[in-house]
Amino acid sequence: MTLTQPSAAAVPTAPRHRSRTALATGLLVLVGVLAVVCFFSITLGSRGVGLATIWRAFTDYDPSSASETVIREMRVPRTLIGLFAGAALGLSGVILQGVTRNPLADPGIMGINAGAAAFIVFGIMVLGTQDVSTYVWFAFAGAGLATVTVYGIASLGREGATPVKLALAGAAVTAVLTSVTSAIVMTNVEALNELRFWQVGSLAGRYFPVFWQTVPFLLVGLLVALGTGRALNGLALGEDLALALGQRVRLTRVVMFATVAVLCGAATAACGPIVFIGLVVPHVARLLCGPDYRWILPYTLLLTPTVLLLADILGRVAVAPGELQVGVVLGVLGAPAFIALVRYRNLAEL
Amino acid sequence: MTALLQPRATVRSGRQVRHRRSLVVTATLAVVAFALFVLTMMVGDYVVPPLDVIGSAFRLTDDPAVDFIVRDLRLPTAAAALAVGLALGISGFVFQKLLGNPLASPDFVGVSSGASLFAVTAIVLFGAGSLVVSASALAGALLAALAIYLLAWRDGISGYRFILIGIGVSQLLLSLVGYVITRADLYEAREAMTWLVGTVGQAGSGELRTLLVALLVLVPVALVLERPLRALELGDDTARALGSRVEVGRLALLAVSIVLIGFSTAVAGPIMFVALIAAPIAQRLTGPAGGVLAAGLVGAIIVLAADLVSEQLLPTSLPTGVITGLVGAPYLIWLLATVNREGRGG
Repeated sequence: MTLTQPSAAAVPTAPRHRSRTALATGLLVLVGVLAVVCFFSITLGSRGVGLATIWRAFTDYDPSSASETVIREMRVPRTLIGLFAGAALGLSGVILQGVTRNPLADPGIMGINAGAAAFIVFGIMVLGTQDVSTYVWFAFAGAGLATVTVYGIASLGREGATPVKLALAGAAVTAVLTSVTSAIVMTNVEALNELRFWQVGSLAGRYFPVFWQTVPFLLVGLLVALGTGRALNGLALGEDLALALGQRVRLTRVVMFATVAVLCGAATAACGPIVFIGLVVPHVARLLCGPDYRWILPYTLLLTPTVLLLADILGRVAVAPGELQVGVVLGVLGAPAFIALVRYRNLAEL
Repeated sequence: MTALLQPRATVRSGRQVRHRRSLVVTATLAVVAFALFVLTMMVGDYVVPPLDVIGSAFRLTDDPAVDFIVRDLRLPTAAAALAVGLALGISGFVFQKLLGNPLASPDFVGVSSGASLFAVTAIVLFGAGSLVVSASALAGALLAALAIYLLAWRDGISGYRFILIGIGVSQLLLSLVGYVITRADLYEAREAMTWLVGTVGQAGSGELRTLLVALLVLVPVALVLERPLRALELGDDTARALGSRVEVGRLALLAVSIVLIGFSTAVAGPIMFVALIAAPIAQRLTGPAGGVLAAGLVGAIIVLAADLVSEQLLPTSLPTGVITGLVGAPYLIWLLATVNREGRGG
């Protein structure tokens, strides 16, 4: 980064600034797109369902109709979980990238989802909890611990949390957690059987109980996350300037990391560890609406579930009647985006 | 800088002291590794005295009963642990020096993930036997490394780009591994998981022989390449000024490192952390003059010790990779912390 290339992120009124009306219209368009995607998420699948059936499933539910049951008991919760988990992962990505000022920060890359996953496995295996309402707490603890560990490790040293250090610390912590999880699971065939489906990250087979257990946490987390725009804008100016502007930087950081832990923990409890989406979508949002975090946050809030549900639909349609888990689809689609980010963007841009 | 001001004799004697320290430490490491190698073959349900083990393993004596226990039952595992450890240690050393980052390890930057994906696919989708699994693992490691090298190439290879793209590729490959495992029946899934954790206990003789031959060829190559490696450590421009052909040297070193990790993964699966932690431990023991050989020996000691712990000390034997993972975890965190504090992690 040289002086001749001023960073767009450093100057809130940079050339990429869009007018308020244009940004608001963009949000409305995204709401429309998301609604359409939700509709397809409910209708498309290995069992084709007509509009009339969907209408009946909500207005005049007949439990003996297989199609209506599929809609009410599978497709609707699946779509709702996709909506919330997607929003949670996306906003976590925005906050992580903003707080660490690191364009490659992502709950998956940083090992936060792996932390939640390892603690959930630990809870199920060692303490015998089967109940989502119990193990969601394990997920928060795991996500929180992983966040603190990875960020703590990476930010030691003179240059602070550089992208390479953050990614390496994340990969290393993920490897530690995976080997511990494997050690626990290897002793129990049934657990292994459960884990292997859960570990890839999927929206399938997540029914309403999971949704109701995680949704309060997700809602609170999302509300807090949406309110962090101003603070993130401050941090984007650099710690010293933010302090000079009267921001309580350390407190802000703690609140933000806690929010990330809650969001990632709940999302992981609901659908398993999912990587790349929290990394890529905030960058897309930034491209669409410029550097102001007060707009990036709502854009990401709408874009991430859209991408997650699209990936889920793609996984259902691509290999029907079987299905590709959404984690696999995002792994395959997200990696090229990640590589492009590493290759072509100036890494010091945030 | 201060060295320039000192009389030449002092410099030379300082250098000699450093070299002597590194020689003494390396020799000691070799003795410890050999002792553990013999100990692995001594203990078990039936304890064999050390001299009998040495006599039998090196075919100096002829005692059918001892030979059966030592040569047929215990030697393959012990030799696998020794060879895999050596290969991982050397590979990790070269990788870290090359990428200029003590935290970079083939474990995390996609090479092991490539091996895992190919091996797991062979197990699950083709029901392959051990030789095919090993060959797939090797092919996977090489292909993943090649892909990362090409993707990270942009007027040359920079350490940070290689690491980041490696981590990205690794995530992609691991999500595919997860998918393949969901496609398996439970028995195959279990086999695949065991392979993924890594263990030296079930090495086939064919793969082991391949690894041993590879070590015989590649260890001398690595020792020869140590000079260009040290030049590369100073940065590309300095290395070029010193007369190194930077990209050729880097490619050769990467190839050595990756072939070693590929062969060792083929024998024992991706045993985590050994490649990462062997070199820093060796460096700490030998000082700056220490090199490839010391790192390899530390790797061998770690794997042999992990195998001994898993087979002899634990009530149920766990795969070697679980032990190295559990031991490696706290060490790793400490290493990350100290390394970063010294500002070498970036």
